[in-house]
Amino acid sequence: MEFTLKPFIFYGFALMTIASALVVVTVRNIVHAAFSLMVTLFGVAGLYVFLQADFLAATQVIVYVGGILVLILFGVMMTSGRLEMRIHIERGQLLLGGVVALALLMLLLTVIANTPAWKNLTDDGTELPPTTERIGELILNGPFLLPFEVVSVLLLVALIGAALISRKEVRD
Amino acid sequence: MSDFRALFASPVFNMSEHFFPNINLQDKLNWAEEFIQNVVIPRLPEAVASHFPVEIGTVLVMFACAGVFVGVVPLLPLVLVLAERKVSARFQNRTGPMRVGPWGVLQTLADGVKLIFKEDFIPPQGDKLLFLLAPYIIFACSFAVFAAIPFSEGILVSDFNIGIFYIMAISSVIVMGVIMAGWSSNSKWSLLGSLRSAAQIVSYEIPLGLSILTIVMLVESLSMQEIVANQSNGVFSWLIFRTPFTFIAFFIFFISSIAEVNRTPFDLPEAESEIVAGFHTEYSGMRFALFFIAEYANMFAVSAIAVTLFLGGWEGVLPGYDILGGFPGFVIKSMALVFLMMWLRWTLPRLRVDQLMNLCWKYFIPIAFFNILGTGIWGLIFPEDTLISTAISCAIIYIGLITAYKVAGRTLAQKPAPQPS
Repeated sequence: MEFTLKPFIFYGFALMTIASALVVVTVRNIVHAAFSLMVTLFGVAGLYVFLQADFLAATQVIVYVGGILVLILFGVMMTSGRLEMRIHIERGQLLLGGVVALALLMLLLTVIANTPAWKNLTDDGTELPPTTERIGELILNGPFLLPFEVVSVLLLVALIGAALISRKEVRD
Repeated sequence: MSDFRALFASPVFNMSEHFFPNINLQDKLNWAEEFIQNVVIPRLPEAVASHFPVEIGTVLVMFACAGVFVGVVPLLPLVLVLAERKVSARFQNRTGPMRVGPWGVLQTLADGVKLIFKEDFIPPQGDKLLFLLAPYIIFACSFAVFAAIPFSEGILVSDFNIGIFYIMAISSVIVMGVIMAGWSSNSKWSLLGSLRSAAQIVSYEIPLGLSILTIVMLVESLSMQEIVANQSNGVFSWLIFRTPFTFIAFFIFFISSIAEVNRTPFDLPEAESEIVAGFHTEYSGMRFALFFIAEYANMFAVSAIAVTLFLGGWEGVLPGYDILGGFPGFVIKSMALVFLMMWLRWTLPRLRVDQLMNLCWKYFIPIAFFNILGTGIWGLIFPEDTLISTAISCAIIYIGLITAYKVAGRTLAQKPAPQPS
């Protein structure tokens, strides 16, 4: 059997993702959880690179780390500048969360079991063509044009809504 | 005429090829793997040899590249910090540092040595783990950007097919480090600085990305090398002159870049007169130096990216000749933009927060969207880049500049002159 480094790097990324995800849900300090989530998102981006989906990996980092996570932290710091931000978890929440997590796990396992495509995938070392061009074609010139436009309108509505909520009332 | 051409074709004008041999990583990777395959493995014991990974060669070359960057890039701030101090001194009619070495050229080195030996103070009330980690995140991200910048035809670490997108992704992580530093210091100055920085960077990323999009629309590729290759026909094929819209996009890109690297007039995150030093107030010693190195490395990186996207990258001003081209040309162009940044810093006062946000959301983002629309229409009218399209573009830019100059002059003339107080 030929020895390659690829599995090691893959398991490195997988371990990084899972371990940091565990930290996210177990740690009590909300800011630590957010920074741990950053490591998780990076790990997932690394796994995308392994699937030769580099565009997706960069998008993952730019949207989740550079955008959403920053906004989460921003919200936390705006609401409380104190260092001690503890999360209190009650038993009822724990139960509900467990049920939801189990349901999600079942759903994902069903999808994985019923998707035949991935079983036929073999790593024969060939490099797949870059995905950027295909994604662009599909979104802007193909079957996903309408959903893409609908999503952008949805985002615009959300943007206007946010501006409306946050603006000051002008009384005269 | 022939003498003239011969002069430019002489080795003197092709110095960059002469002194800077092509360093293409892909060749080196193959070379390293072949070296392991042919030289190392036959010398190993039988049991080890059959399991010995050839890819170790690749990994070693990657480590070597990273080592070269970590070794060379800090030299850049060494030069730039001194340049900054000398430039500011000239602007203020001073001499700047003069004591250490001739004309004070060794001043930064002395400061660096001082910083290494200073106490590394950790605020006892802060969050120790995050406080220690933050400088590394900022440092690593600003260095990772350099991996995709093509310094010359052969001097680049990797020609990603998503090059410029990778740069945007990595540089958007820097803000995480800034927030981490500001929050873990447990100081109000730091927290205020990091909140300001986060708001500023997240806002200015939008016009920055939209300006890059105009370039990507014209080149039809995200790869940095292909963007440069698209500008190989002399100064008028540089993307800044290709359409009037990219001309506007360059200025939006450059000004947003200044905001991204937190420099005056956008230095609210580290405004000395208000919040001490912003997010790195509590840092000292080598960790402070890391922030400093990252800041100046960032400054060079955004200039280099602007040069690659708009000003021809390592391509020269004349097609076929190596004037302002190759590695030296690239560095000269980037340094010119760095100098422009310093010039702005020591000329303009700091913006207020509302002015900063107004500029971004009410002016830059609409203009950047208009640019994208315009570039699309331009691409429909001129599907191929021809002499006519370049001529029309340059004419529009010229007329636009003259008009802007006259309008600005008239507006300023109408304003009452400020009275000395």
